[in-house]
Amino acid sequence: MIENSSSLLSWIIFAPLLFGAVLLVLPSKLERYFRTFALVAGVANLLLALKLWANFDGFISEMQFVQLVSWIPQLGISYFLGVDGISLPLVMLTAFITPIAILGTWPKDFSKLKQEKFFVFMVMVLQTGMYGTFLACDLFLFYFFWEIVLIPMFFLIGIWGGSERVYATTKFFIYTMVGSLLMLVAIMWMVYRHQQNFGVPSASLIDLAKLQYDFFHNGVCSAVFSEQGLLFLAFTLAFVIKVPMVPFHTWLPDAHVQAPTLGSVFLAAVLLKLGTYGLIRIAIPMFPEAASYFSMMMMILGIIGVIYGAFCAWGQSDFKKLVAYSSVSHMGYILVGLFSFNQVATAGSLYQMVNHGISSAGLFMIVGFLYERLHTRNLNDFGGIAKSAPIMAIAFMILTLSSVALPGTNGFVGEFTILFGTFQVRPVVALITGLGVIFGAIYALKAYQRVMFGPVTNDHNKHVADLSVREFLAMGILTVFIFGIGFFPNTFFGKSNSTLDSYSKQLMEKVIHE
Amino acid sequence: MQVIESNIPLLIILLPLLGFLINGAIMPIFYRGFAKTPANVAGGIATFFIASSFILAVKAFLQVHEMGESSGAVLSYAFDWFNYGNLVIPFSLRIDALSSLMTLIITGVGSLIHIYSIGYMHHDHAVGRFFSYLNLFCFAMLLLVLGDSLVILFFGWEGVGLCSYLLIGFWYSDTEKANAGVKAFITNRVGDLGFLVGMFLLYSVFGTLTISEIVALLGNPDFIAKVTPVATLICLALFVGATGKSAQLPLYVWLPDAMAGPTPVSALIHAATMVTAGVYMVARLNPLFELSATALSVVANVGAVTALFAGTIAVAQTDIKKVLAYSTVSQLGYMFLACGVGAYNTAIFHLMTHAFFKALLFLGSGSVIHACSGEQDMRKMGGLKKYLPHTYITMLIGSLAISGIPIFSGFFSKDEIIYSTIALPAGFSHLFIIGVITAILTAFYTARMMSMTFLGEERLSHHAKDHLHESPWSMVGPLYVLAFLAAVGGLLGIPHLLGMNLGHIPHLISHWLSPIIAVKHLPLVGEHLPLHEGVVMFGSIVFAVGSFTIGWRTFKNKFFISDIVKGIAGVQQVLANKYYVDEIYDAVVITSLKGISSWAANVFDKVVIDGAVNGVAVVSRFFADKIRVIQNGDLQAYALVMLFGVFIVVVTVYGILNPL
Repeated sequence: MIENSSSLLSWIIFAPLLFGAVLLVLPSKLERYFRTFALVAGVANLLLALKLWANFDGFISEMQFVQLVSWIPQLGISYFLGVDGISLPLVMLTAFITPIAILGTWPKDFSKLKQEKFFVFMVMVLQTGMYGTFLACDLFLFYFFWEIVLIPMFFLIGIWGGSERVYATTKFFIYTMVGSLLMLVAIMWMVYRHQQNFGVPSASLIDLAKLQYDFFHNGVCSAVFSEQGLLFLAFTLAFVIKVPMVPFHTWLPDAHVQAPTLGSVFLAAVLLKLGTYGLIRIAIPMFPEAASYFSMMMMILGIIGVIYGAFCAWGQSDFKKLVAYSSVSHMGYILVGLFSFNQVATAGSLYQMVNHGISSAGLFMIVGFLYERLHTRNLNDFGGIAKSAPIMAIAFMILTLSSVALPGTNGFVGEFTILFGTFQVRPVVALITGLGVIFGAIYALKAYQRVMFGPVTNDHNKHVADLSVREFLAMGILTVFIFGIGFFPNTFFGKSNSTLDSYSKQLMEKVIHE
Repeated sequence: MQVIESNIPLLIILLPLLGFLINGAIMPIFYRGFAKTPANVAGGIATFFIASSFILAVKAFLQVHEMGESSGAVLSYAFDWFNYGNLVIPFSLRIDALSSLMTLIITGVGSLIHIYSIGYMHHDHAVGRFFSYLNLFCFAMLLLVLGDSLVILFFGWEGVGLCSYLLIGFWYSDTEKANAGVKAFITNRVGDLGFLVGMFLLYSVFGTLTISEIVALLGNPDFIAKVTPVATLICLALFVGATGKSAQLPLYVWLPDAMAGPTPVSALIHAATMVTAGVYMVARLNPLFELSATALSVVANVGAVTALFAGTIAVAQTDIKKVLAYSTVSQLGYMFLACGVGAYNTAIFHLMTHAFFKALLFLGSGSVIHACSGEQDMRKMGGLKKYLPHTYITMLIGSLAISGIPIFSGFFSKDEIIYSTIALPAGFSHLFIIGVITAILTAFYTARMMSMTFLGEERLSHHAKDHLHESPWSMVGPLYVLAFLAAVGGLLGIPHLLGMNLGHIPHLISHWLSPIIAVKHLPLVGEHLPLHEGVVMFGSIVFAVGSFTIGWRTFKNKFFISDIVKGIAGVQQVLANKYYVDEIYDAVVITSLKGISSWAANVFDKVVIDGAVNGVAVVSRFFADKIRVIQNGDLQAYALVMLFGVFIVVVTVYGILNPL
């Protein structure tokens, strides 16, 4: 039986909420210190996460730091947390991105802030939701945190967003909600099935993994309408909307463009990974035959995401939309990697989740820097900014290189590993996905060129203030990760190896067994 | 084979990287600003680091030599770059016969170009940035040649592409120059995808990407039998990468535009080093290419056609750097031609002599441009000989070398390539004829360039003439060193025929490379050859001298062949416009892709996909409007429905908790 080994994970999840509670009782005249408070809270959480990192045993493939408390026994629901090599990098990503994002989106003028207390509180709730989703080992708990994430995001876009924020936030909310509801039905079914098979209901991931779901290979219809097919599709729909996978991606550009920079950074860096995390944690390992059956379809949709996302990004004149579509393209690689059912490509997908988190966070911050200084996101309004803001130009260049996956940057580590692994099992898929290498360079360099190079045609661009100390710090930390991971991926991802090994091994056994 | 472990290869790449960091990050802090480092300081730092690498390269070269006639290797293992599952890529560097030679060329010619740049870039406001990029380039280029794994090679391969992009667009305020950089990067990326696919294919057969292991496996006859069926595919995929980086048809289009960068960059990156990466890669993997006659034939033909194609364009250009750019494309074609007929050692030999004379010519042209206040159009030059005596004499040596005039280096290497096209198994074919025609063209356009620039009337504008001056010694000095190398470098590869008759002088380059590239004994005199080696040699001398003389005499005050032969004005037009290839690419590829992207972003995504999403919302809303009439405020009806609902819920929950 599982033993409770630590309460560290609970601390990581609920520390932001505790800080948030303290914040609520602080008087509003301290408003200008709320960001500092959020930053301190973020750093405190980072320290907890680092403690987790230091004590995490990379040679164990199972869940560690487990905490199991019965919650609603009648329905088999428990408060069940744990971390393994797959969730650890994502927890670390969240822990690092939070203070970086707060630093990089520091308001210039505290007198113009709108409902600052509620804003910071929402950021705290968001963190709790993100950590909880990555650390939950109970499906209901997972669902609970998954939905919690929606609430702060809804307000962040809806209150502090741009002019079309209501449309964007409604679309974001309803779209994600539709997917989640199917997931909820699927979860209820699984709990019920556990009750049927073993006499007691359980929503624990470990218990549910023991279940066998019926699956029929004869024909698409029977595959879809078999028990496993329906469950797989219900979960997968919820997850791919979040990823987002083409054609379920149109909420993303709208949400990004309307969201405040801090919201965009969290959305791109962490929230999209909730979707791919769901795939690697639940949809694929729980329903391996169905996942294998639909793998070609998923890879093709991933490829479409890579290529189509790149083309859409290329065609944008709004800088923020361009970066948003680049996310669609980069997340496509992860889908290809996960559904190639190759060990190396799966590892690459995990790397890519972290790497995309880093580069997209940085790019959205660059968009934010420019918007704050020039009040525009239109690429035609920029040009020649490298001259007035050279440090920003360097930071943007490094992020661009990471985005185009230049060797030596973190982007290469993810993309190369995915393509390398996928090629071993599906050469043609890897080849077509590889076209993203070309098209990715086109839009990324276009954006860089339009912003930084060329003559200064807009007088406002002559005196763009370079990065402030806080912004510099945020970019500096990201740069360290970009090159650190780029050169020493083992140092950063080595602790995931045994979990990834056993993940692939178990998956292969189940799929080949059929 | 003896292998020793040493840190020298690692130091060789790290020194320029350190120089990059100092000029890129520390100096701007020290001088409180990015554009404030003085040229002498920035240049001095950068030169110091690359020159230190050169000294270490000499040391490594001697070590390889001491281990027994170049068959040894010096290895640095730093760490495992990738290590998960079967993806294990050690970050290790290897100096052997081939890479030591390349390292000497890169650091040696690189040092000279660094020194030259101190003078050339003196007036630029961003010398610090320039020299940091130059050092970064050297780091990446050295990584490319020293990497013991194809993935490390690819690291360098992409890295030099980045530096090329940054340096072509060095003067980024000019949109056209910045665009040229982007064009170079993206064209190269097309090739890089080929390289990636080649690597993956290679791994699927070999199970390793370490070059020394690949070569070792190819020594096993059983393994060769297994590899041969896929060898063609692997080689062609890798060669796609080579056509991108080494500017061969059909991906050469970026190189002429790359002349937008500062001239020392053209000399270092776009003539002497980076563009030869493809040739290096093919030579490095020569045992693999040897397995596929088809692939070799493609390499030879692409090389030959590119050589001729670019050579004809060079004849009609008026921009001095464009002439040299097309000449480079053409000479690279020669190198691939040599590889394709199996004369990899000759390709490397020509790579070396070309590095000397083409770097010299580019730097010379830079000196001319510098003297003429930035003028690049040869029609506006003329008669510069007496104003720029040092530049003239050194460029003349370079011109004689590239034209294949005897005793100068190009004669030896080019003649060997032409001879190889008939001597090696390929036999007499169109390749030989193309090789000869291109040689004639080369002498012709080079003489034309020299003549238009240095001879004839002085056509320079008054403004430019007032500022006309010979370049400082920091620029002229490297020109003389390179002129010396361009003059005598060929003696490292004395042809078989002469070597025999003059008392068994060995072909030093082939001999040195023999552990990497097995020397194929060229058939001896009288062995069923279509043409005697002496005949080929004599013929090429006559053609080169004749063509050079005609070019030299004709273009003192005339610019185009069509000025003399009136009938070919149309041909002139086509050549001057580079066969309209850029226009064709633009119309066929770029415009259509741009159209797709604009359509995807503005029409398909907005109207079709998002339209469907919003359509669902509209339809739901429509039904909601219909259904909401049942919300009529009648409390009794609500209570009834509620009761009904509660009943259903209770039954369902009961059903779940107590399954039948």
